[in-house]
Amino acid sequence: MDLNLDAPHSMGTTIVGVTYNGGVVLGADSRTSTGMYVANRASDKITQLTDNVYVCRSGSAADSQVVSDYVRYFLHQHTIQLGQPATVKVSANLIRMLAYNNKNMLQTGLIVGGWDKYEGGKIYGIPLGGTVVEQPFAIGGSGSSYLYGFFDQAWKENMTKEEAEQLVVKAVSLAIARDGASGGVVRTVIINSEGVTRNFYPGDKLQLWHEELEPQNSLLDILNAAGPEPMAM
Amino acid sequence: MDLLKVNWGRRKHSLFYYLFLASKQLFPLDLYLFSPNPFRFDQPSSSSRLFDFGRMSQAGVDVPAKGGFSFDLCKRNDMLIQKGLKAPSFLKTGTTIVGLIFKDGVILGADTRATEGPIVADKNCEKIHYMAPNIYCCGAGTAADTEAVTGIFLSNIDMVSSQLRLHRYQTGRDSRVITALTLLKKHLFSYQGHVSAALVLGGVDITGPHLHTIYPHGSTDTLPFATMGSGSLAAMSVFEAKYKEGLTRDEGIKLVAEAICSGIFNDLGSGSNVDICVITKGHKEYLRNYMEPNPRTYVSSKGYSFTKKTEVLRTKITPLMERVEITEVGEAMEE
Repeated sequence: MDLNLDAPHSMGTTIVGVTYNGGVVLGADSRTSTGMYVANRASDKITQLTDNVYVCRSGSAADSQVVSDYVRYFLHQHTIQLGQPATVKVSANLIRMLAYNNKNMLQTGLIVGGWDKYEGGKIYGIPLGGTVVEQPFAIGGSGSSYLYGFFDQAWKENMTKEEAEQLVVKAVSLAIARDGASGGVVRTVIINSEGVTRNFYPGDKLQLWHEELEPQNSLLDILNAAGPEPMAM
Repeated sequence: MDLLKVNWGRRKHSLFYYLFLASKQLFPLDLYLFSPNPFRFDQPSSSSRLFDFGRMSQAGVDVPAKGGFSFDLCKRNDMLIQKGLKAPSFLKTGTTIVGLIFKDGVILGADTRATEGPIVADKNCEKIHYMAPNIYCCGAGTAADTEAVTGIFLSNIDMVSSQLRLHRYQTGRDSRVITALTLLKKHLFSYQGHVSAALVLGGVDITGPHLHTIYPHGSTDTLPFATMGSGSLAAMSVFEAKYKEGLTRDEGIKLVAEAICSGIFNDLGSGSNVDICVITKGHKEYLRNYMEPNPRTYVSSKGYSFTKKTEVLRTKITPLMERVEITEVGEAMEE
């Protein structure tokens, strides 16, 4: 068993970004692992860059946090100088510049999504190496391997906001079911002209998939039933 | 004069000769930021931190006055490793460190064992480091790294606690936990994980109570309860079972002590006593050795007593400096 607690903190992850008619929906799981130990089971992988642009982080936790911190700082300055909110394209480009120019040192894949008044909702995928690709939907992280076929079949143009969010939650929960490095809760962020909405779907409320069992005699039931001191000897 | 090329055949006492000469030389205060330390290991057997001069021992060789890292000692270390000399192990704090947020603030806890390989080097060390009056930080990993990165490390102004103090003077406000977090994260990230310090940072500032964990590579998490170190799994199991929001101060202390004890008894790298630090708005309490679940026991139930006191045979006091009496005569000096 490779319980290597000195391993760098990485986010196994499943991250997803989807455009719909009027904005974007970003989604991610919440598991951060150090080797085989789950260091944080409720992490927030969708971080804010500006009021209207968010980024989903995957790969090395430290690298992705540092990149998003720098880009948030640059975008803040840019917004002040420009006098209006930054566009999603500019945010994606700044991330790409950091990712590409430091490609030897960084190990992080990112999905930038947001809404601006010129282009509407846009998703840009920036995988390892620093390519930037504008896509109608993007997936990333170790759990994304299980979602390529799913999205080919399930994504369609001009979905509504509710359809898009359901699609994202379904996709992330399917990946969680199959990928060991993804788990926890599903977080989604919806960005459109009205603003930003964050949602939270706890892991035990997600739909069960093929061969998953209903919880029986779950520890969660015992803990909740017996009150605050369940383990009295 | 090649003082530094250690000749293997020499006996132990000549080591002191080297030290004596090395300490008399002047060594340059080079503060190169990114460099793995070429540790000196002269003694073949057990590790001895006394001789760990690092860069300072370049004394005997003519060091060119230009900047940059000198790799001479690295080559020497490689040669010694090839000859079979084992490098001394670092003093690690095996450790269980925990933190949790309760109703009024933050409680941090730590064990007190510092290990050097299989040996307990310090039975009662302090792992809860001061960062600011309202912010404390527990450290796991290499003891020197956690001390240096959090402390007031005089020769390198970089260190976070002193940076925070300068920032307080400059802004005129109390430090915020997020400031300490960013400074620590930047420092650790720039060393790419080579500074082996895993930290639990907690404090109460104007925006409320905060608890963060910081990993050696520079990534951070913000959590309501957190554990780090080799005993983190044991402590986390206690937290996961019993933590709930809105704990009172006594409940919180009891839970933290329980989590640390779980680490102390189930993890080989943690042991000895429990330290606790309670931080609330405007007030902090550092409960050093709050619990001592491993007291030293004696063979005899009465303990030991020494009836005959040490005899004083002779008393001789030699003043080191002559006392000079200065009498002011005349007027004060004028410029």
